Amino acid sequence: MSYKNMTKLNPKLFDKDVEQVPTRNGYGEGLVELGARSQEIVVLTGDLKESTRVEEFAKKYPARFIECGVAEQNMMGIAAGLAAAGKIPFVSSYAVFSPGRNWDQLRVSVCYSNLNVKVAGAHTGVSVGPDGATHQALEDIAITRVLPNMTVVVPCDAIQARQATQAIAGMPGPCYLRLTREATPIINQSSNFKFQIGEANVLENYGQDAAILACGPLLYQSLIAAHELNDQGIKVTVVNNHTIKPMDTATIMRIARDCGAVVTVEEHQVMGGMGSAVAEILAKNYPVPMEMIGMQDCFGESGQPEELLEKYGMSVVKIKEAVKKAISRKAVR
Amino acid sequence: MNLDLKASEIRQDIIKMLLEAGSGHSAGSLGMADVFTALYFGGVLNYDPKDPWKADRDRVILSNGHICPVWYATLAHAGFFSHDKLLTLRKLGSGLQGHPHYRELPGVENTGGPLGQGLSQSIGQALAARIDGRDWRVYAMMSDGELDEGQTWEAIMFAGKNNLHNLTAIIDRNNIQIDGFTEEVMPLEPLVDKFTAFNWSVIEINGHNISEITAAIEKAKTIFENPTVIIAHTIPGKGVDFMQWKPEWHGKPPKADEAKKALHQLRTLGGKIQSEHQ
Repeated sequence: MSYKNMTKLNPKLFDKDVEQVPTRNGYGEGLVELGARSQEIVVLTGDLKESTRVEEFAKKYPARFIECGVAEQNMMGIAAGLAAAGKIPFVSSYAVFSPGRNWDQLRVSVCYSNLNVKVAGAHTGVSVGPDGATHQALEDIAITRVLPNMTVVVPCDAIQARQATQAIAGMPGPCYLRLTREATPIINQSSNFKFQIGEANVLENYGQDAAILACGPLLYQSLIAAHELNDQGIKVTVVNNHTIKPMDTATIMRIARDCGAVVTVEEHQVMGGMGSAVAEILAKNYPVPMEMIGMQDCFGESGQPEELLEKYGMSVVKIKEAVKKAISRKAVR
Repeated sequence: MNLDLKASEIRQDIIKMLLEAGSGHSAGSLGMADVFTALYFGGVLNYDPKDPWKADRDRVILSNGHICPVWYATLAHAGFFSHDKLLTLRKLGSGLQGHPHYRELPGVENTGGPLGQGLSQSIGQALAARIDGRDWRVYAMMSDGELDEGQTWEAIMFAGKNNLHNLTAIIDRNNIQIDGFTEEVMPLEPLVDKFTAFNWSVIEINGHNISEITAAIEKAKTIFENPTVIIAHTIPGKGVDFMQWKPEWHGKPPKADEAKKALHQLRTLGGKIQSEHQ
């Protein structure tokens, strides 16, 4: 079975020394490239220049860099005004603050007006680690995808983050880009990589026993799970479901038909996240057994990223269990 | 053009619109009629109703969107859209939304309503003009009650830091908000000192004196050091004696008999002139 939108994996993906880069770095690189191409690109931050990786843009294009201080509500409103005057503003902060703290401004000033504002939320998921639950954004997909006019993208690695940054700049309207703090493996082979908003990519196609739909860096754990399941004779297809909205309904329905069981994997609350969006599509069009890996309606805590993924049920082991459970439910239908 | 009469016509339209809509905000809309008249008819604003989005226009942003009847009526009088549309306020399918929606109508530059957002939007516009080296100006129309919102102070701090002299904020200082008088609900004074401390130039005016309003707007254009706030002291419900200074008229429309009485008072400018309808 082959799919049109298949991409090749980084050949060193399963090596111990696989290259690891935080997705936020890809964002910063994408912005610098955009800044050179378009005078309309402006970047705003709320006292988080370095950790959102916009420092390089600030150095290169100081006239188009706007430091807002620790004031995210004002920052989002300013972005709305800039966009209304023809600029393409990128609002850069931690996701718990933006779109967390300034959600009303995002809703009213930006989305209702359908203004061309790009919001980049860094430090998402429990893998933010030691900073603890206050700084681990686990609700940002839910609160952005529910807004009309919004596009929501969750890149899986730094290369995809760079390309997604450029892609959202090129499309009109509000967009949310979900970023992460930790260095995570480069999943895509850069030379063959083609990123298209709204087009899910089939990454691994061992067979049609089940499908794993993942977004963000947990795609790596999903690929390892698929690899290990294959050794046990369980053949799964792994999809990079990076665009949460508008979601690639056609690919998801085809995968559900072909595989008959689906597991979604995301570092986000299972309520309202990517998995929920998949469930909305499948419930309406083609219901199949489905399991959802993600935060199960609780807050995180301090710890190392891998410890937290383990404790909160987002490890390779849990993904494999979920796949087996979904397949077993398929059998008793 | 007699601008006091123009303001009175706009007030009469506000009463008719609110009566027809059956809901909406009377006091603030009436109270700002002179300021909006001065802004659009006093020769201070660069706009063209035939080319409402022309690149070099001055931008008017309404932050306290609930007083949009005065904006809509003024825009219609200025020729941005047909006067007939005014009576569609708050009706299904109308561009005259209960709170303004960005570009839903010619001249409507922003979405406003949830308080405290308009000054930030105005700053974004002012920054864009600065980045592009354009000389159009931005007017942020605000209420005093919305200064309770933390976002406004974030914005005031930002504009002061960045010396945004192409930005003029006009505050409707009518001293009332929904739950009562501002100084009881959440004291704002000393307001002038607060703005001064945040690096703004402050001009206080009588918000019902058209020539004072236009003079203040012109004065603000000559200040290149920092942004200017014009604190316009106004009377909520101005022009209709039973609405003036009454917080209960903040968020309700007149009934038919009240509208009749209000229109009579407005036509005669409070008994100063004889109405043609008498």
